Amino acid sequence: MTATDLARPIATPAPILPTPQTGSKAAGTVARAVKYLLLIFFVIIVLMPVYVLVVTSFKSGAEIGVTGQWNLPHHWTWASWDKAWTALAPAFGRTFELAIPVALISSLIGAANGFVLSRWRFPGADVVFSLILFGMFIPYQAVMIPLRQIVVWMDIRPGIPTLIFVHCIYGIPICTLILRNYYATVVPEEIIEAARVDGAGMLRTFTRIILPISAPGFVVTIIWQFTSSWNDYLFAIFLSNTSNGPITIALNALAGAQSPDYAASMAGALITSLPTLVVYILLGRWFIGGLMAGSVKS
Amino acid sequence: MRYRLRRWAPGLLLISPSLILLAIFVYGLIGWTINLSLQDRHNALPSKGFAGLSNYTDLFTHDINDRFVHSLKNLAVFTVVFIGGALILGFIWALLLERRTRAEGLFRTLYLFPMAVSFVASGVVWRWLMNPSKGSDAGGINAIFGDLHLSFLQSNWWTNPNWGMAAMAMPAIWQLAGYVMALFLAGFRGIPGELREAATVDGASTYQLYRHVLFPQLTPVTLSALIITGHMSMKMFDLIMSVSGAQWLTEVPSVYVWQTLLTSDYAKAAAISTILLLLVAVLIVPYLIHVYRAEKTR
Repeated sequence: MTATDLARPIATPAPILPTPQTGSKAAGTVARAVKYLLLIFFVIIVLMPVYVLVVTSFKSGAEIGVTGQWNLPHHWTWASWDKAWTALAPAFGRTFELAIPVALISSLIGAANGFVLSRWRFPGADVVFSLILFGMFIPYQAVMIPLRQIVVWMDIRPGIPTLIFVHCIYGIPICTLILRNYYATVVPEEIIEAARVDGAGMLRTFTRIILPISAPGFVVTIIWQFTSSWNDYLFAIFLSNTSNGPITIALNALAGAQSPDYAASMAGALITSLPTLVVYILLGRWFIGGLMAGSVKS
Repeated sequence: MRYRLRRWAPGLLLISPSLILLAIFVYGLIGWTINLSLQDRHNALPSKGFAGLSNYTDLFTHDINDRFVHSLKNLAVFTVVFIGGALILGFIWALLLERRTRAEGLFRTLYLFPMAVSFVASGVVWRWLMNPSKGSDAGGINAIFGDLHLSFLQSNWWTNPNWGMAAMAMPAIWQLAGYVMALFLAGFRGIPGELREAATVDGASTYQLYRHVLFPQLTPVTLSALIITGHMSMKMFDLIMSVSGAQWLTEVPSVYVWQTLLTSDYAKAAAISTILLLLVAVLIVPYLIHVYRAEKTR
């Protein structure tokens, strides 16, 4: 199974089969009731942190006491949202400047690599592919010390441009994987062969045949790279700081104090999560496709 | 031969920028880190010479308070609870949703959405939820337990010196269980309908159908889920920094690297990073070889 064909089966319900006659009808009804109760119970558990985030973010400082922590606010107020927004706004903008270029550049690189590794293969392509994939799993701590050193030596200012560069490089493996699997499923070998016979070179084949049909694959890589560079904290903490870094750094500065202002922190956490949540809600189907791709193959 | 070379050379050329970048920034920097870990370089000054494996042996024998071993133990507890929790919960959700379920899409979306949120943002709310105060001061989850007259369930969460890391795994489970669900769901949907039909026709009970027909088909998906959650667990950094900050109680190797770098002990930080890389490699390399072989026999 691959990135793209995994996304589809999940969206279609299981084949409807006759249920084995193992119990009475009443037992079946009870089983169904238990199933839905369990499903709803788990939804409540999963949404609990969201409830806390929303409710707390609308409370005033005086209400963040010990009693009634789980209650709705007596007086709904935007004060904490104001405070959080003031603290996060510059980083919020910077993170868009980071995540959008990363998503676009990574997708193009991934398309070129994915095309070659699936439909313009060379001897040893599979070994090369495995070596590329390894880069996806490494703990980035293993490259971070020299990376910081290079940034210092080359006198590169830490901040967004450095992070764009780094996210694009370490995003190569996942984007290559997603698009390679995508092309391997949707582009028939024969089309490439036909283009070859017609005298089309590699670049022509890539730009005329491959790129125009890449949109569904690009959606997956764009979502993936946007989300992971938006949510990244590790590269950010090593290669930027609160004055030039992305929003995770700013949020941690807002929320990480010894006695944090919980109302503002939670409003901040919601602001931080909003763009990725919007992407998830609007493009959820493809988002899942990206997640599946992380499984390499199953 | 010349014809073949002319045929695949452009492809190699197209992906060579990526290959060069990965050769430098993945393999090159890993080599750099390993080399650094073998040096006598414990401050900002240049290396005082080759130190052999002493930086490694020191971590296990001469580290103050057995700090490194302590961080490995923390990582072990975290990993076991996180992987176990995410796999069990994800599997149960997939099982509940696998057959015809009303509003399946809604449940799926709700279970999966935490994946779109950054660990830094979710850390803000989990820090609040896992408030260690008990009794009349109880906050977060403890407050709920208190209100429900379940005070015996109140916990000091991640501040528990022995099992705190088990609590630290809860937010990670919250974020990744939905992902595991999506994997298992895709696994269930990938099972050919005829298999179910055949088993049903042969008179298998529902239990037998799942136990002997469907579950064995899920082995590859389970392997993927293990690999993905496993390597994420080894690298866990953002969540811990966000919930507890860098501190002894919850220190894992990836946080230890960061703390060590702050003291400019480069060789030691490199040695810890290398061990972290080895831990991940032990998990990933056999998997990549397995994928590579599967690919070749296709």
